[in-house]
Amino acid sequence: MTTMMINALNYSVYLLIFGFLLTAFIGLFASWVDRKVTARVQYRVGPPLLQPLIDIVKLLGKETLVPAGASKMTFLTAPVIGLAGAILVATILWMNNIAPGKSFVGDLIVVLYLLTIPSLSIIMGGFASRNPLASIGASREMKLVLGYELPFILAMLVIVIKSGFTIRLADIVLYQTHHGSIISSWSGVLAFIVVIMCTQAKLALVPFDIPEAETEIVGGPLIEYSGTALAIYKLTKNMLLFILPFFIITLFLGGINLKGVDILWGLLKYVGLVALITVIRNTNPRVRIDQAVNFFWGPMTTISVIAVLLALAGK
Amino acid sequence: MAKTIVPIGPYHPLQEEPEFFTLTVDGEKIIDIDVRVGYNHRGIEKLSESKTFDQSTFVIERICGICSTSHPFAYTRAVEDIIPMEVPERAKFIRTIIAEGERIHSHLLWLGLAGHFLGYNTVYMWAWKLREEILDAMEILSGNRQNYAMFKPGGVRRDIKAEDIPVVLKKIDSIIPTAVMLKKAVIDDPVLHARTKGVGILTKENAINYSALGPTARASGVARDLRKNCPYGAYDRMEWDMIVTENGDVFDKVVVRVLELFESIKIIKWCLNNLPKGEIDAKIKDIPPGEGIGHIEAPRGETFHYVRSDGTNRPARHKVRAPTFMNLPTYKATILGQTLSDATIILAAIDPCYCCTERVAVRNIKGKKLLHGEDLVRMSQQKTELLRKKMGVK
Repeated sequence: MTTMMINALNYSVYLLIFGFLLTAFIGLFASWVDRKVTARVQYRVGPPLLQPLIDIVKLLGKETLVPAGASKMTFLTAPVIGLAGAILVATILWMNNIAPGKSFVGDLIVVLYLLTIPSLSIIMGGFASRNPLASIGASREMKLVLGYELPFILAMLVIVIKSGFTIRLADIVLYQTHHGSIISSWSGVLAFIVVIMCTQAKLALVPFDIPEAETEIVGGPLIEYSGTALAIYKLTKNMLLFILPFFIITLFLGGINLKGVDILWGLLKYVGLVALITVIRNTNPRVRIDQAVNFFWGPMTTISVIAVLLALAGK
Repeated sequence: MAKTIVPIGPYHPLQEEPEFFTLTVDGEKIIDIDVRVGYNHRGIEKLSESKTFDQSTFVIERICGICSTSHPFAYTRAVEDIIPMEVPERAKFIRTIIAEGERIHSHLLWLGLAGHFLGYNTVYMWAWKLREEILDAMEILSGNRQNYAMFKPGGVRRDIKAEDIPVVLKKIDSIIPTAVMLKKAVIDDPVLHARTKGVGILTKENAINYSALGPTARASGVARDLRKNCPYGAYDRMEWDMIVTENGDVFDKVVVRVLELFESIKIIKWCLNNLPKGEIDAKIKDIPPGEGIGHIEAPRGETFHYVRSDGTNRPARHKVRAPTFMNLPTYKATILGQTLSDATIILAAIDPCYCCTERVAVRNIKGKKLLHGEDLVRMSQQKTELLRKKMGVK
C-alpha cells in the first residue's frame, strides 16, 4: 500500500513538476527564442524575455466568451483535452530521460497517439465554435493531420528498426548511447528530414500554418476563443514547441543526459532544433492545403519508405 | 458540402482599409463574389470645388496615402490642360523623379503586403525595410516622407538642390543590391511559384474587356502604359522598358512590379543626372473658363482627373477616377473557381487602393425607389417592432 502511494506521489511529481511546470516554462522560453530570432531576421527588435508569459497571464485574466449557438461543453473542454495530451507526452519523455527504469514497453506508440491529441482538440474546438471560418480551419487541420501522420509513422518505423525492434523509448536512448545516434546513419538522416517537416506541420508553423492562416481565415479554429480557453491553447502550443524537439532529440540525437556537462550538450541540441524550425518558418510562404497533403503523401512518404528500406538493409 | 458565405471585411486582418467581400464558397472553392466599397467616402471631389486651384492640390494629395503624387500630378495636368500650357522643362523632370520615387515605394509596399498575405513575413519586413530608404531619399528631395506637396498647377513648388543630388543618387545605388536579392528571393522561390503560378489568371481578352489598367493589364500581355503610349513629364527623353508579361496570373503580376522597380530606379537616376537648368514654375495668373483632363500612369494604373473651370479661382467640377475603380471588377474573372486559400492573394494582386476608389455608390436598386435617411430610420423602427413581437419583449 505504502509503496503504491510513494509510487503515485513519484508519478505526480513527474506529471506536475516536469510534465507541466518545467515544460511550460521551457516552452515559453522557446517561444521567446522563436519570436526574437524571427524579429531579428526581419530587422525588428522583438519582444522582451517575459513577453510570452505576460501574454498567457494577461489572457487568463480576460473574460471567456462562448459564442451563441456553440456547443458549450465541447467548446470549453477542447483546450483542456489538448493541454492534458501535451502534459502526458512531456511526462513520458522526461521520465525516459531522467529515470529510464520507470518507462514501460510500448511508450513510443503511446506518445505517437498522444501527440495527435492537441491537433484533435483544435479540430474539436473549431467545429464546436459554430463559426464558418473556424469550421474551415478545423477541416484544414483535419486534412493536415491525415497528411502528415503517414510519413511521420513511417519515419518512426525507421527508429524502431534501427534500434533492434524496440518500442520502448528508454531502449532507443540506450541503443543510441551504445551505437551512436540514429541520425548518423543514412536512413536516420532521411527519417530526420521527414520528421522535421512533420514537426513544422504539427506545430502549425509556416509553411504549414494553413489551419490558422491569419490573413485567410483569421486564426481559423481559434477565432472564437478568448480568455482562459485561448490561454490554454497558446500554452499548449508553446509546450509543443518544447515537446516535439525534445521527442526528436530522444529519437534521433541520443536524448538529453541531465548529468554534468552533458546538460549543455543537450541544451545545444535543443536550441539547434528550435533554430532550424524558426529558419524554415521564416524562409517560406504558406502553402495551400492540397499542396501540403500532396507534399506529405508524395515526396515525404516516398522518402520515408526509402528510409525504412535502407534501415531494413542496415544502412 | 453546403454553400457557405465567408466574409472578408469590413474589418479584416487581410486588408488595411475597410471594404467588404462576400465570398460564397462550396467547401474551399469560391463560386461567387460580391464586392462592396464605400465605407470610407470623404467627399474630396466636393471639397475640392470649395478650394482654390492651388489649395485643391493639397486636398487631392490626401486622396491616397500611397499614390499621393499621382493624384496631384493628374490634377495639375488637368488644370494646365484648361489653359492650355506647357510646364518648364526642369519642373517636368522634377515631377518625373517624384512620381517614380512614389512608384518604387508603392511597389515595395505591395510586395511586402503580398508576402504577408502568403504568410511570408520575412519578405514583408524586408520589402518595407527597403522602402524606408526610398522614403528617406524622398524626404531629402521634398522634405516629406509621404504627401510630398511638390506639385502646383504650372510647375513644382520646390526645387531640387544641386548638393542633394549626389546624396540621393548614393542612397538609390545603395538599395540596388538589396533589391536584387529581394527580386531573386521572390522570383526564384519554388514554394512561391507553387502558390502564385497559374493562380487567379486574368486572360488578355478579359483584361481588355474589363479595361484593366496598369500592372494588372501589363501582366496579362496588354502593352498599355501611359508613360510610353502617351508620354508626359520627361518619360520620352530616356530609354526604359515597359514590362509586359503574358500569363496574367499572380506570379506575373509580382514579376511586372518587381521589374518595374528597376526601371523606375533607372529613370530616377537618369533624370537626376540630366536635370536641366531653368525655371521650375510657369506662374499661372488665372484659369480661363473651360475644361481639361489630366491622366498619368500611377503605380496601380491610369489615374484620370477631369476639371472644369468657370473662370473663377475655384474648380466648378472635379472628377477623379482612380485605377482601382477599373481593376476591381476583374475579380469576377480571376477569383471564381479558385480556392479560399488563394482568394486573399488574388484579391491583393491588383494592388487595390480603396480609399482612392471610395465614392457614394448606389448599387443594384432593381427598379425600387431610392431610400433616404428618414425611410431607413422608419424601416429600422418597424423591424425592431417586429422582432420585439416575435420574441415577446415589451
